[in-house]
Amino acid sequence: MTLAILNVSWQTLADALALGGVYALMAVGIGLVFGVLRLVNFAYGQLIMAGAYALAFASQWGWPSWGGILLCFAVVLALSVALDRLVFRPLRTQSPAVMLVATFAIAFLLQSIALLAFGPLGKIASSLAPLNRPWTISGVDIRKIAIVAIVVAAGCLLLLQLLLTRTSVGLQMRAAAMDFGTARLLGVRANRVIGGAVLVSGVLAAVVAVMLTVQNPLVTPDFALRDTIVVLAGVVLGGLNRPISATLGGFAIGFASGILGGALPTNQSQYLPTFLFAAVILVLLVRPNGLFTRGGVVERV
Amino acid sequence: MRRGEELLAPAALVLATALLGLAVSASTQTYFVDTLVKVSLVVALYLFIGNSGVLSFGHVSFVAVGAWTAGVLSVPRAEKPAIMPNLAHVLRETTVGNVPSLALAALAGLVLALLVGLPLMRLSGLAAGIATFGVLEIVDNVLRYYEKIGPGLNAFSSVPETTGVWQAAVGALLAVGLAFAYQRSRFGRMLRATREDPAAASAAGISVYRQRLLAFALSGAVAGFAGGLYIHLLPLNVDSLYLDLTFVTLAMLVVGGSGSLLGAVVGALAVSGLDSFLAAAENGVDLLGVHLDLPAGTRVIVVGVLMALVLVLRPGGLTGGRELRLPRRRRPGSPAPAEAA
Repeated sequence: MTLAILNVSWQTLADALALGGVYALMAVGIGLVFGVLRLVNFAYGQLIMAGAYALAFASQWGWPSWGGILLCFAVVLALSVALDRLVFRPLRTQSPAVMLVATFAIAFLLQSIALLAFGPLGKIASSLAPLNRPWTISGVDIRKIAIVAIVVAAGCLLLLQLLLTRTSVGLQMRAAAMDFGTARLLGVRANRVIGGAVLVSGVLAAVVAVMLTVQNPLVTPDFALRDTIVVLAGVVLGGLNRPISATLGGFAIGFASGILGGALPTNQSQYLPTFLFAAVILVLLVRPNGLFTRGGVVERV
Repeated sequence: MRRGEELLAPAALVLATALLGLAVSASTQTYFVDTLVKVSLVVALYLFIGNSGVLSFGHVSFVAVGAWTAGVLSVPRAEKPAIMPNLAHVLRETTVGNVPSLALAALAGLVLALLVGLPLMRLSGLAAGIATFGVLEIVDNVLRYYEKIGPGLNAFSSVPETTGVWQAAVGALLAVGLAFAYQRSRFGRMLRATREDPAAASAAGISVYRQRLLAFALSGAVAGFAGGLYIHLLPLNVDSLYLDLTFVTLAMLVVGGSGSLLGAVVGALAVSGLDSFLAAAENGVDLLGVHLDLPAGTRVIVVGVLMALVLVLRPGGLTGGRELRLPRRRRPGSPAPAEAA
């Protein structure tokens, strides 16, 4: 059974939705930190990579899968906090471009540490592999992980929305994202808000690490690197000034790349990045502030 | 007015490296040649990023296109079918010499940068950074799989290895000279004005878009040229002209100080020197009687840590974004020279 108009199978559609969901989570992780720090975290993929290695080692040691997931969360959170303290904090006053270059350096650093410590061949994270098997729903095969990813992504986004709108720390984060200076004058503590955003973004990275290792159990030092590049494009495409527009951008690019990957004929699917990034550039030309932003933002002097 | 004064230090550094390269053994010489090629590469990056203050992750794609152009055109006719079986007919039948291949590499870089810059130079800040990243991704993707214009995933073997110390040094001097001439020209000054304050610059009648586009195209030409030099030095493949090279060259520019030509040259020499030493150490090296044998991958870690440290401790880079001037007495009453940002 296929969707006749697009010539896309239900499996492709489900996979595209799942990829969109996972990318949306990454986009929120990047967008939250950007909101409070004005920092685009290029090293976000390496947080996910670290979590994936935690899962791989846990399954190598024969831990139960919940133990692996716990270890994954612990490793990613510890690394997030360490990055915030050692790198982001000293760089807070620098321009966004300098911070982007710095996180680019950190990304390469973490990747080569992984290369040095774990070797180039990669490790297998197998404990969650059963999730990769298909479920048959009214004659259509859909991989379990696709459904799990969609549900988890939706759940996380809902929780996050509650956190941002219904709690005081969420309110403070939004205030800080809007105008950090004024927020601080009104009694928002900078380190607490930034720490909170970094922690939430770390939790999301750990969730994404679990999702991605199920789909791709071979964990290598460049794990999630390509995904991060695509998500960064998506985040800028959606618009970085509000978490919701960044999320939509992440979802859009994940969904588009899933559908394109399924819809392109095999001999053209190797050019998927070309199509994807050409589309990103085109959109940026028309709407440099992002697709899902309201009104033009004029830089004041 | 001593007009060429600020050119002295960068040019002298390049010449000194070249002379040092001539004095060492043939196996060590490769590192010096590589370093000199990196100088032209980083100067290309500097020409745009340094003068405009806009970040570009896309320059390695111009390097790659230059390398592909020079490589495809200089592999001997007889060996082309073996390395590039699917090559387009025109490219298979055309073979040019060393200097024309470098000129064409520069031209290819120029044309691509101009084409890409026409739309992209309207963007700035993060959008520009991500869009130039998109260019890098697209060019890498096309070169990787489109076998009518090159070897695809294979390494570019059989390119005549004409880039020795002299060619690399002359190339680096050309790049440095061009960057210097540009930054002293009215166009360079206008672009630097837009870097300091885009609003004030456009109020003074400068078209930010045009000045950025000019610098982008010029730096694309230098990057393409550097790519030509590079392919005449080593049999490169797509992976050696992608993220790693982007990282290393950006690290060089940042470590040296992206605000000045001297910074670009110092950064290229310092990081490349360190990198070459570590590369040698990964293969085992004897230093002052101590045998050093570092595990593979140490290089990127050291360079990454260095880059992060410089960014945190000294955001202006080693040179602080200043050119080196000969010491002179300031005339009484003249204003103190403004600090470069």
